[in-house]
Amino acid sequence: MNSDVFAPWEDPQAKPLIQFRNVTKRFGDFTAIDDLSLDIFEREFFALLGPSGCGKTTMMRMLAGFEKPTEGRIILGGQDIDPIPPNKRAVNMMFQSYALFPHLSVRDNIAFGLRRDNMPKHDLEDRVEEMLRLTRLERFARRKPHQISGGQRQRVALARSLAKAPKLLLLDEPLGALDKKLRQDTQFELMDIQEKTGTTFVIVTHDQEEAMTVASRVAVMDQGKLMQVATPDKIYESPNSVYVADFIGDVNIIEGRATANGDETYQVDWAEGQAPLTATSATGFSNGQTCHLAIRPEKVTISVDRPADAINAVQGKVHDIAYLGNLSTYHVALPNGTIIKAQTANTRRISRRSFTWEDPVWLSWTATAAVLLVD
Amino acid sequence: MSRLSWFNTVSLTLGFAFLYIPMIILIIFSFNESKLVTVWAGFSTKWYGAVVQNEAFLDAAWVTVRVAVVSSTLATILGTAAAYVLVRGGRFFGRTLFSGMIYAPLVMPEVITGLSLLLLFIGIGLDRGIVTIVLAHTTFSMCFVSVVVSSRLVTFDQSLEEAALDLGCSPAQAFRLVTLPIIAPAVISGWLLAFTLSLDDLVIASFTSGPSATTLPIKIFSAVRLGVSPEINALSTIMIAVVTVGVITASLVTKRAMVRQKQDELAAAKTE
Repeated sequence: MNSDVFAPWEDPQAKPLIQFRNVTKRFGDFTAIDDLSLDIFEREFFALLGPSGCGKTTMMRMLAGFEKPTEGRIILGGQDIDPIPPNKRAVNMMFQSYALFPHLSVRDNIAFGLRRDNMPKHDLEDRVEEMLRLTRLERFARRKPHQISGGQRQRVALARSLAKAPKLLLLDEPLGALDKKLRQDTQFELMDIQEKTGTTFVIVTHDQEEAMTVASRVAVMDQGKLMQVATPDKIYESPNSVYVADFIGDVNIIEGRATANGDETYQVDWAEGQAPLTATSATGFSNGQTCHLAIRPEKVTISVDRPADAINAVQGKVHDIAYLGNLSTYHVALPNGTIIKAQTANTRRISRRSFTWEDPVWLSWTATAAVLLVD
Repeated sequence: MSRLSWFNTVSLTLGFAFLYIPMIILIIFSFNESKLVTVWAGFSTKWYGAVVQNEAFLDAAWVTVRVAVVSSTLATILGTAAAYVLVRGGRFFGRTLFSGMIYAPLVMPEVITGLSLLLLFIGIGLDRGIVTIVLAHTTFSMCFVSVVVSSRLVTFDQSLEEAALDLGCSPAQAFRLVTLPIIAPAVISGWLLAFTLSLDDLVIASFTSGPSATTLPIKIFSAVRLGVSPEINALSTIMIAVVTVGVITASLVTKRAMVRQKQDELAAAKTE
């Protein structure tokens, strides 16, 4: 492995493989994609993440050629792909329903695309064998799609779309039909295959955990617009809006007014009779500007006594406890009714837990733990 | 197995008697020695011998089979194409109107269809004969095919065709290599439907047939007008036998395919 971090998006010299240039897509009166520009680089595992109806599937279908942009251009490898029909594009897609051909065996499904290219018989057989090995399907080559399990079907669909060695592979909710455990295993398998083949993957998903696990970069979408495009850790740790913070993982949002208090540090007045909260922020706020303090539950410490050195500490009562086995999430009600969630790892047995329902507790966090957001 | 109550037994008996007694009588009297249809005079198969030697019947049967094969094949091609465009063609001007119009001939009285075709053939100066019967049967049976095929296409997963395009098929290849094999059962049952419709059509055929070509139903009908003969009974019994064998074979084949599919799915569930 290269010791350099893979980050072509930070290199101004790098040429993107795919460029969306001011792309708009309308279906009648409905705008599915709204003046969107985006660069995706070679060898990336790029995730389009958003709620259903946000336009992520439309983006993918435009790349595959099943939809044409109403305005703007899509450029793949330096070429405008608008006039190229789907069967002439060096792009393959793995469908959400897998779309396996029910009348063909697993082997013939995988060979289908290669046969269309009139690949010589010998090369074709080698390539199919290679794909069967890659997806561990050798034993099932002669079966029909309805004779294999859901997980195996998913692998056939992957093998079929990879067989033609496309420049770009599109995956539409590829793991949606699998149960949770199989999904997690398959995520790692996908990453493995992506690394081995060096293909650029674009995955559409509504599952934020899946996007975070597999992707090199994640684009969070809402109503046909990109909300944020960044690496999974940036999206999680420094979301640029309340929408992104709220969409990815669990978060507490406290609304207040910011007052500058030293270099990149602000005081947030958030409730009558409560001490202001302190948070650092690279984005500037003018005095008295409305802001949202976003803090992840796992960054909030819960304790019986007020920690002596805490910069931010509030007192409340345990309102609810969600026990997840490895973790517990405490819902703590503050005197003004606000609920703050705090998450702790259950490093001790549950019988030795120090607080329970209705116990008065302190919540505390550091100045750098929270993010200040405008909206 | 539970026993039927007396009420159910009576209903079942009455229902089936209603359906099958006429045919059973017909079959019994086809083996009648006597020339009189209603008087039983002993068992004989001589009328079957007479049918086989009757040139007129054999000619009519041969015309009927040829008409049925050609017209149902043409109807299947046209009906499938129409269904495909109406279900898959996307939105185009007048699509709803066309979709409605494809069903109209289903409810049109046959006399009107036959008459309008007769007027057309006279108008364009086409001599009535086997060609005009084929054209007429194609016309009225293609909408039946279209209905059968489009009901299959509606539930057809469109992403299968998209996958074929994505893997390098032209739209025509996608249809031939993916869509057609998958909808084949519907296309075949459409063909069978058109075939049987053509086999037993009397009204439209009598409008469009000419002196050069007579179909079996027309032949039987005109023979019966001169009096029912045991020969007609024998001919009808042969037709019943052919249809019965056909239906039983078709249902056995379908049943076996279904059983196999079930076993495959069970096997798949076990490997999961």
